[in-house]
Amino acid sequence: MNNNEIAVSLRNITKTFVGTVLANNNVNLDIKKGEILSLLGENGSGKTTLMNMLSGIYHPDAGQIIINGKEVTINSPRDAFALGIGMVHQHFKLIDIFNATENIVLGLDGKLNLAEAEKKIKAICDKYGFEINTNKKIYDMSVSEKQTVEIVKVLFRGAEILILDEPTAVLTPQETEHLFQVMRNMKEDGKSIVIITHKLNEIQSISDRVAVLRQGEFIGDMKTSDSTIKEMTDMMVGHAVSLNIDRPEPVDPQPRIKVENLTVIDEEGVVKLDNVSFTANRGEILGIAGISGCGQKELLRAIAGLEIVKEGKITYIHRDGRTEELLGMSPREISELGVKLSFVPEDRLGMGLVGNMNIADNMMLRSYRKGNSRFFTDKKTPRDLAEKVVDQLQVATPSLDTPVRQLSGGNVQKVLVGREIASEPRVLLTAYAVRGLDINSSYQIYDLINQQKALGAAVIFVGEDLDVLVELCDRILVLCEGRVTGIVDGRTTDKYTLGSMMTQKGEA
Amino acid sequence: MFSLVAFIPRAVQQGIPLLFGSTGETITEKSGNLNLGIPGVMYVGAICGVIGAFFYEQSVPSGDLNGFLAVFIPLLCSLAGSFLMGLLYCYLTVSLRSNQNVTGLAMTTFGIGFGNFFGGSLIKLAGADVPSISLSQTSAYFSKTLPLASQTGWFGKIFLSYGFLAYVAIIISLIAAFVLKKTRTGLHLRAVGEDPATADAAGINVTKYKYIATCLGCMIAGLGGLYYVMDYACGVWSNDAFGDRGWLAIALVIFTIWKTDVGIFSSILFGGLYILYLYLPSGTHTEYKELYKMIPYVVTLVVLVITSMHNKRENQPPHSLGTNYFREER
Repeated sequence: MNNNEIAVSLRNITKTFVGTVLANNNVNLDIKKGEILSLLGENGSGKTTLMNMLSGIYHPDAGQIIINGKEVTINSPRDAFALGIGMVHQHFKLIDIFNATENIVLGLDGKLNLAEAEKKIKAICDKYGFEINTNKKIYDMSVSEKQTVEIVKVLFRGAEILILDEPTAVLTPQETEHLFQVMRNMKEDGKSIVIITHKLNEIQSISDRVAVLRQGEFIGDMKTSDSTIKEMTDMMVGHAVSLNIDRPEPVDPQPRIKVENLTVIDEEGVVKLDNVSFTANRGEILGIAGISGCGQKELLRAIAGLEIVKEGKITYIHRDGRTEELLGMSPREISELGVKLSFVPEDRLGMGLVGNMNIADNMMLRSYRKGNSRFFTDKKTPRDLAEKVVDQLQVATPSLDTPVRQLSGGNVQKVLVGREIASEPRVLLTAYAVRGLDINSSYQIYDLINQQKALGAAVIFVGEDLDVLVELCDRILVLCEGRVTGIVDGRTTDKYTLGSMMTQKGEA
Repeated sequence: MFSLVAFIPRAVQQGIPLLFGSTGETITEKSGNLNLGIPGVMYVGAICGVIGAFFYEQSVPSGDLNGFLAVFIPLLCSLAGSFLMGLLYCYLTVSLRSNQNVTGLAMTTFGIGFGNFFGGSLIKLAGADVPSISLSQTSAYFSKTLPLASQTGWFGKIFLSYGFLAYVAIIISLIAAFVLKKTRTGLHLRAVGEDPATADAAGINVTKYKYIATCLGCMIAGLGGLYYVMDYACGVWSNDAFGDRGWLAIALVIFTIWKTDVGIFSSILFGGLYILYLYLPSGTHTEYKELYKMIPYVVTLVVLVITSMHNKRENQPPHSLGTNYFREER
């Protein structure tokens, strides 16, 4: 903003990972002093890899890094700190059982003096407008608090160049607004900030300049004020894309799942769901919004028969009006009732798929009981299904025999969603279906979900991006600490209303 | 008749090898390495000390032992032997990333075999008619009690009647507790054991910490073996005499919930439980003795159940325990 001095200059950076494609190919990028630069690109476009090289996690195969006019070698995060570079990773690098102060001073030299460190932390917080409880253990913190610790950790080391990898992915709009205010304060102080994000409206509101990477290559950069969201997306994807999420009118919405007074208490006695009641209609997408850990997971698991429920009722209503009580049944009993229920859990490689098995074998997790023989499994049908899924959803995989753990996040998700919708579900439960996916893959997933809606499934869509919830869902149920704070119409609400409903209990 | 003043020193003598072992293993586990080779390391520590002492005793005429060398040579040999074991473990698990459990168990088997092989060789060399070697001259230096021990009655018996290694064990565990809790090195080591990726990103040299903690841990554990032979067993080595104390030391790590200062009292308690069967009346029913011998292990199981139920995050094992770290994994 105030000057055009270059803080960091990356020249012809190339990085290859063993056994995979080029992660970065000949990338040239400048970061100016006192600017906020957005780094934009699809998944696997090499943004994080590039920044990891700047922060010393990886080492480039070729190319130069020039900082303040001097060529440098960054071999470790320690070197990066010494050069004033600090990175806040997407997955926080914090030790759970340490408190904020211990995490912030981790890795520094000299005598351990926590009292003095605390004073310095307080000073940093006051300067930029952070709020932090230095004695709180990380495992007791909310995502936003953890992020604050991460940023303060970087500033504590005197970083002049901050890299934030998808910092807003897990924040509410209010928290995001606060983060942006802090970022502006840091910019005023002359610091350079690189922000990696998928959210284009955020790029517009916060950054001065945007640089685009595609498939490991630097495509170009532009001033944010001179470009539109459409231009940025086209540049990122490489061809023109439509940015609107379809929301067809529901066809003949009739109640399909009725949840009444559902209460779930976990092993430690914490109330996860408190008297939750709602109805999910067929041919409709019911969105679930809420800060993470507010009972979304338990709600889906309860419907799928995976959660121990204290009290309540979950009733499934057949097309002909017959009803079945699902509560207290195992997933197998539910499916034997003829209730076609599909669940896309948030933990894809933990609950959804087996990472070390190939695509065909993962398909079999749903059909291993089927087949003609009592003793031998039927391998043919799942293999055909795998072929169909790979074909129709354009899963990028070397072969059907590749272990799914080797696929990228988007492709893993396609395999999972593909399997779940193949059984033509009457109820489709999805948790964070597009988490970590790029724009293209996300839209493919939205399309698949919309197809199920058109086929008359009742879709329950737990999401974190409020913009998406508002555009995709017919109705949105908001959870706050296990309670329903409201059910709103997706066509008339906006994300700020949702955001304040999500935090209602805390403010009241 | 049962006498507490007689029982406590025996419990302490039983406890000291366990304390060395568990302090060493705790330091190792804090770096995320689950070294199940500790029983083997303790054997190696013991036999190396025995080898050193044996050749020193052979090389000088009887009675002319230099007090300093008689302690220093076995000590150095023991430390060197267990250090090499630690280095081997680190090379396999940290540098080559082999499975920690398999490596540890292999090292235990190896260490016990190593001890018995060289023990057997020395017994042959010495030409003794009993299957053991007696290093009573060296042992006399190791088991020398503190002055005043015999003049201060019960106090001396309980607190002053041990060889210097017993006090070393307690001092080491106190220092270890202080370092782990209060210093930057301790903070970094705990971070490595909790989440090596985070420690790495914070600029901590994970490999270095793992190597140093594991080798140091092995050296401390090896001293437990040395103490056992030179002090507890009065310098008599016989094959397999050390028994399952190494496993008990690992159980003790869990019992102390990874706190080395808690280990001081716990090891004495374990030592007491370990020999309790000698004091409990069992009459002619020797099978009861076998049941009594199980007590320390049963206690460990109970502690495991209690700490798991409590589920307090700080009392859990280091989070990355048993897994190897590889930076460029994606």
